[in-house]
Amino acid sequence: MSTEYEMVVGLEVHSQLLTRTKLFCRCENRFGAPPNSLTCPVCLGHPGVLPVLNEEAVRLGIRLGLALECSIHHRSVFDRKHYFYPDLPKGYQISQFTYPLLTGGLLTVRSGEGTREVRIHRIHMEEDAGKNMHAGIRDASHVDLNRSGVPLLEIVSEPDIRTPEEAVDYLKKLRQILRSIGVSDGNMEEGSFRCDANVSLRPRGGSVFGTKVEIKNMNSFRFVHKALLFECDRQAQILDRGERVVSETRLFDSSTGRTLPMRSKEEALDYRYFPEPDLPPILLDPAWIEEERARLPELPQERVSRLSREFGIREEDAEALVLEEDLSRYFEEASEAIQEFAGKGGWPVEQGTLRLVNFLLSEVLREWNRKGAGILVGPLSAREVSHLVSMVVEEQISLNQAKDVYAVCVESLKSPREVVAEKNLFQESGDEALGGWIAEVMAENPGEVQSYREGKERVFGFLVGQVMKKSAGKANPQKVNRMLKEALSR
Amino acid sequence: MSGLFTTLESFVKGRDERAFSIEEAVRHYLGRIEGLDSGLGAFLTVNPNAINRARQLDNRLARNPAHSPFYGYPIAIKDNMHVLGLPTTCASRMLANFRPLENATVVERLLKAGAVILGKTNMDEFAMGSSTENSAMGITRNPWDTERVPGGSSGGSAVAVSADLAPLSLGSDTGGSIRQPAAFCGVLGLKPTYGRVSRYGLVAFSSSLDQIGPFSRCAQDALELTVLVSGPDGRDMTVRDRDPQEMVREFDGSVRGMTIGIPEEFFGDGLDPEVAASLEQAREVWSAEGAVFKPIRLPSARFGVNVYYLIATSEAASNLSRYDGVRYGYRSLSSQTLKDMYQNARREGFGPEVKRRILLGTFALSAGYQDQYYRKAQQVQSLIREEFDRAFHEVDLVFAPTTPTPAFRFGEKLSDPLAMYLSDIYTISANLAGLPALSTPSWPTRSGLPVGAQLIGPSWSEGRLLRAARVLEEAVGFRTPPIAVQATGGKTL
Repeated sequence: MSTEYEMVVGLEVHSQLLTRTKLFCRCENRFGAPPNSLTCPVCLGHPGVLPVLNEEAVRLGIRLGLALECSIHHRSVFDRKHYFYPDLPKGYQISQFTYPLLTGGLLTVRSGEGTREVRIHRIHMEEDAGKNMHAGIRDASHVDLNRSGVPLLEIVSEPDIRTPEEAVDYLKKLRQILRSIGVSDGNMEEGSFRCDANVSLRPRGGSVFGTKVEIKNMNSFRFVHKALLFECDRQAQILDRGERVVSETRLFDSSTGRTLPMRSKEEALDYRYFPEPDLPPILLDPAWIEEERARLPELPQERVSRLSREFGIREEDAEALVLEEDLSRYFEEASEAIQEFAGKGGWPVEQGTLRLVNFLLSEVLREWNRKGAGILVGPLSAREVSHLVSMVVEEQISLNQAKDVYAVCVESLKSPREVVAEKNLFQESGDEALGGWIAEVMAENPGEVQSYREGKERVFGFLVGQVMKKSAGKANPQKVNRMLKEALSR
Repeated sequence: MSGLFTTLESFVKGRDERAFSIEEAVRHYLGRIEGLDSGLGAFLTVNPNAINRARQLDNRLARNPAHSPFYGYPIAIKDNMHVLGLPTTCASRMLANFRPLENATVVERLLKAGAVILGKTNMDEFAMGSSTENSAMGITRNPWDTERVPGGSSGGSAVAVSADLAPLSLGSDTGGSIRQPAAFCGVLGLKPTYGRVSRYGLVAFSSSLDQIGPFSRCAQDALELTVLVSGPDGRDMTVRDRDPQEMVREFDGSVRGMTIGIPEEFFGDGLDPEVAASLEQAREVWSAEGAVFKPIRLPSARFGVNVYYLIATSEAASNLSRYDGVRYGYRSLSSQTLKDMYQNARREGFGPEVKRRILLGTFALSAGYQDQYYRKAQQVQSLIREEFDRAFHEVDLVFAPTTPTPAFRFGEKLSDPLAMYLSDIYTISANLAGLPALSTPSWPTRSGLPVGAQLIGPSWSEGRLLRAARVLEEAVGFRTPPIAVQATGGKTL
């Protein structure tokens, strides 16, 4: 008798910006430095200091606004948001409340077989807080203020998301855009891309929103998915019992996969926002916005369309490549090399491109996830890998050999050519050599030849194996199959 | 006084003619502080490095002739501005042991010009008050009557110049904190246009109203010091790009042909008759010199104190949030939890007036009340601004009392915050409107207490204000309090 519910999700993303220095002081904006080594009186909140706005952060905000087609406001205002916490040195965070830099905007996400347009509500600039550290310290907590004052864009979506999958795709696409336009490195482990979710349920087809719960502390896409699923079940059970969902903030616990209450709305803080008197409003020169528009690179969605159009690859494949921008660049470079090899070898380009895409999305992507972008350069440059793929197309080596070669290359940092030569792997496809080995095998195994000709096709595999053995594994297996069948049928 | 010099000009002459060394000049003032300040309490810290610096400056002077008039010039700084090497206490337990990591921009500019910091002066805690009685470090006495307050919050800086413990000093003015003590102590005090002087290194009270300015014996010196510390600063985005030299250009000349507005709202009930009489005499001086007086209306100014105590306290509650005992400042060691630690630090570290304003400001900004208090106050602030703008279409300057009464007695208003707040009734409007204003000595009362004449001008008109002040000071003359003369057996200047 349980009602069928529809999940309603809005996401708030905090993205750190790739500026050289912090938002209001000239301390370095960098992750991983020794605690409190990247601080100054301003980001330590000393008495008497004043914030000075980093224009580069505003420029990056404009870029995101252009990429998401937001309204970019020519006048926006910083406000102070007050609360006491040891990681917040001034007792307030400089943020934007009433007049944010950006409002509106759109992001298209995958929804089942189709797509869904998720509207952006607003995007504002603010400073990050420091970090409290409790682990491994007895009877004390430490505070690291390296992160204090790091520039953030808070990207708030409308409650347009309906499934955990859409939520994850929204985050992936958003992160991809942030990275492609140089606004953020989107690194979730280092906290440069963080997400909170507002989740509610309503009867499917309903138009009124249910009571929403805010979920924090989901620091990977997998956890976002898990947390939303859990929260959906939890709320559904409450509603099924005829009870009401409590408006509250909950924390996701990755060790149990559950969400746990953090604070209720009654305990909600009064932030006492008011305009930051130390910073004049940001006034944007429209010419600056146009300048940034002209300098905007190709956006991920545009790139997907272009790759699939230009290289004739499937849109899903193009999307998979574009998810990692470095990989899609690598693909483009490799494709050009493929064209060259195809021209020389006299085979159709499409055949090589198809093999290249498959190779990149399986072998290269796997190693890249394992080892990082270092494997895309030097002996494993796009040109070297397309050469390896060409050898498969030209049947000089088998696909399995190519995979082995690639794995060796990654470990040894040698080029595929070197490894193929060292292993003496070049596949034998010559009629003469193959014909010779086949004749020898047939002569040495008259009984099996006889059985095959009497209909026992099982022995065919054995005979192929013998030929491969004779060739020390270098015979082209497809061609051996074909020639052996011919010879046996004679 | 012993007569080394009286003005910046005479200092430069004496210095360049080698009538005295910089060390002698600095020793002279340190000696006066030592002799007189135990009875006055103007200084919280005397700079132990002052003589060393003076010697270094003397040595360099022997090799190169000095360029800046401030080279070797001794000066006192209110204890809410950072001077590297000295504590910045803001006269609060909270910051009793705080040492800044850098100089305030104004101090940086003074030091670059070669000035010698004599020390840091007493004030109301975090600049909140009008009598310097709110200092956690003790009271400062008015040199004209040591049973009376010097005014506040920059009481120490006013007394330092009045008693000639320093030839010049810097204070800060949020609602009258330079002009009111200047009036009570018989010196000139200038609050520049908001955005004229960098606030970097000034511990914030109310960020949109605070402005640093000089105390001096004469308009010329106030001009020189203001010019020196003014102008764009990469560390304060609220400083506007105005050329400080425009003040010098506008300083020259007389008041002939100047139209001075008299707002009736500032001369009504509550104004002490002796103060009114003194100001009438001042008016006659300007009239005689060719200025024209014209009655004007500033009807919203009467809400100034109300508006001020909402806006200034809201910003103060925010600015003082950082004093939590976590990174610096007072920390109570008895705390068990984080919340305890915050509460104890603030309970024990702040004095009663600071707490009163934090509570008021927190309330004015809180959810549900912001519209009726903070926002409403902002709207009235806009009205006050507009009324001044309109007035300055008709007049060049506005003339008003600085304070309703001369200096009051210790304790007289301490238990009645509202009465205390009303002592700033005439000065607050200029802060709310962001306008430059000064208080310059008029004739004293029969009992010899100083009276201040206030001039308020349109934005960036400090030069004009000081020009008018100079005309009055030529007629009134600078008076040194007897206590400061007797103490060293010197003569009144």
